[in-house]
Amino acid sequence: MIENITLLELPVGEHLAIRRNRICYKKESKALGRIAIVSGTHGDELEGQYICYEVARRIGERPECLTGIVDIYPALNPLGIDLANRTLPITGVDMNRMFPGSKDGNAMERIAAAVVDDLIGADLCIDVHASDIFVQEIPQVRLSEEFADRMLPFAKLMNVDMIWMNATATVHEATLAHSLNTMGIPAMVVELGQGNSINMIYGNQVVDGIFNVMHEMGLWTGDVAPTQMPAISSDGKVEFIRSEAEGIFLSRIQHNHFVSMGELIGEVVDPITGEVKSRITADKIGLLFTLRNYPLVYEGDLLARILTDITHNSSAIRE
Amino acid sequence: MRIQEIYTVHSVYREDMKIRGYIFGRGEKSACIVGALRGNEIQQMYICSQLIQALRELESNGCISAGKQIQVIPVVNGYGINVGRHFFGVDNGDLNRAFPGNAYGEQSRRIAYALLEDVGAYIYGIQFASFYMEGEFVPHVRMMETGYQNASLANLFGLPYVVVHKPAPIDTSTLNYNWQDEMTAAFSLYTNKNREIDEQSARQAVAAVLRFLKRMGIIRYESHSGYISHVLYEQDLSDVHAGEAGIFRGLVKAGDDVRYGRPMAEILDPQEGMVRETILAPTDGIVFFAHTSALVLQGDTVYRLVHRLHE
Repeated sequence: MIENITLLELPVGEHLAIRRNRICYKKESKALGRIAIVSGTHGDELEGQYICYEVARRIGERPECLTGIVDIYPALNPLGIDLANRTLPITGVDMNRMFPGSKDGNAMERIAAAVVDDLIGADLCIDVHASDIFVQEIPQVRLSEEFADRMLPFAKLMNVDMIWMNATATVHEATLAHSLNTMGIPAMVVELGQGNSINMIYGNQVVDGIFNVMHEMGLWTGDVAPTQMPAISSDGKVEFIRSEAEGIFLSRIQHNHFVSMGELIGEVVDPITGEVKSRITADKIGLLFTLRNYPLVYEGDLLARILTDITHNSSAIRE
Repeated sequence: MRIQEIYTVHSVYREDMKIRGYIFGRGEKSACIVGALRGNEIQQMYICSQLIQALRELESNGCISAGKQIQVIPVVNGYGINVGRHFFGVDNGDLNRAFPGNAYGEQSRRIAYALLEDVGAYIYGIQFASFYMEGEFVPHVRMMETGYQNASLANLFGLPYVVVHKPAPIDTSTLNYNWQDEMTAAFSLYTNKNREIDEQSARQAVAAVLRFLKRMGIIRYESHSGYISHVLYEQDLSDVHAGEAGIFRGLVKAGDDVRYGRPMAEILDPQEGMVRETILAPTDGIVFFAHTSALVLQGDTVYRLVHRLHE
């Protein structure tokens, strides 16, 4: 059943509506398990659109296998998605920095509070993000170290290539996942692909993981695809590679690739002079899990990230 | 007056963006004033420019106290101002959410790091800041409740109000918060405009900074004593929300005295023109913040009132 969890009037003949599709073929009760798939907090991240569609589609094919509740929220920032705009229109505020919101606050804070309110009672919330428009990412779960003990068992079921446990709590504090975890609602962030696009191979991989999680939670009795064990960043170290010059970045390597020492990652070039301003090579071996796609760079811009200190034979690495 | 270049951004197709500090006096790093961190902070840049004019004159008259140094940084996000863009660079980063920055991070974080490295050495820090909601404030000094804040010092600006704000997680990446972390006594000054210049409130802001510098013994200057500031906590402000969306017709403005039950604003149907809602004052008080955009969304905060306070 599709419902508006919040409806806010815009000036001229339109409402800002956040919609939730509750899929449940049993008599609804609090005893039923419940998983929430949330996406579209950033309007330029569209990978979750495919994942929401595919989850709903697969359930629709085998409705008899669903034994609990699946709530799908494809667009928490519907105006942002409509405008291909990362932030909330008008104010330019990042919606994923204003949770848990406030019921007595301004319009957008109330929306954030309504989202959190609606998610209360879920046994698990999966917040699907794409990367931004600048870099592409392999499918990964990102966890705050604060909640890693509780969330790691869920994350390992997600069929992702990597779990990145990140200790930058300040960044995470006002996010939806952090707010939910603080309230005792298990929540994790899945990140994959790139902004403004959809990678269906990655999408299907994550959807397989979602059904695997649902199966383990007792919400899904249907078959699930075999899942892989991810690389976990606590076992290794994330190496950031940044541009040393302004210019145009030309990538010379494939994404999701196990790089060797000295391997060429890319070049920063000057289109006017034809000069190569900077050659970027790997000074560590490991999994290249982030790679810049957007060519224009300033000094310091992120070009690539490598998960080091892991073995090439890890089951997570698929070239 | 001396000019130093604090940080330079290189771009492929634009000239370098240089962040310049204008320095007056020599000696102890006493006070630093920062203007436009965002590309829409035109009033903030203007106030700094007028402050530079005033300090230049004071310096030529020998009125900067011996052993004291003042720095004014009118513009940080010059690239944003030149293209009418709120935030910085291709990734559209908010410089006032990039602190404490990172010397090896992306440009917005490098700018924040370089800026904080320079301004963190000053005893007093003053930022002309802007709020994320469009609207007008009564001029005030805002301080974050970090444990290091000192509302008594904020009184010395002589502005009508001092607001103490409990920081939310998102505030921990602002200049003000991180300045206080560097043990600088940091204040944010808000006037009633951002994109447009308001001469009257700009003059008031310049006078407030000069008054503060004088009272701290940094300059020799005769000024009006200003207000004995009313100190209030942000959570004590009464918010007034729009029940309907439409065209906003404000009937009162920032600084006005309102009475319980009196009309404060009307919201009109944008196509038929009839009044859809009359917003009534929920309490007696002074209008601290007023929405000024022509349009309003349902649920928007249109006024913030200082509860039961009169002119």
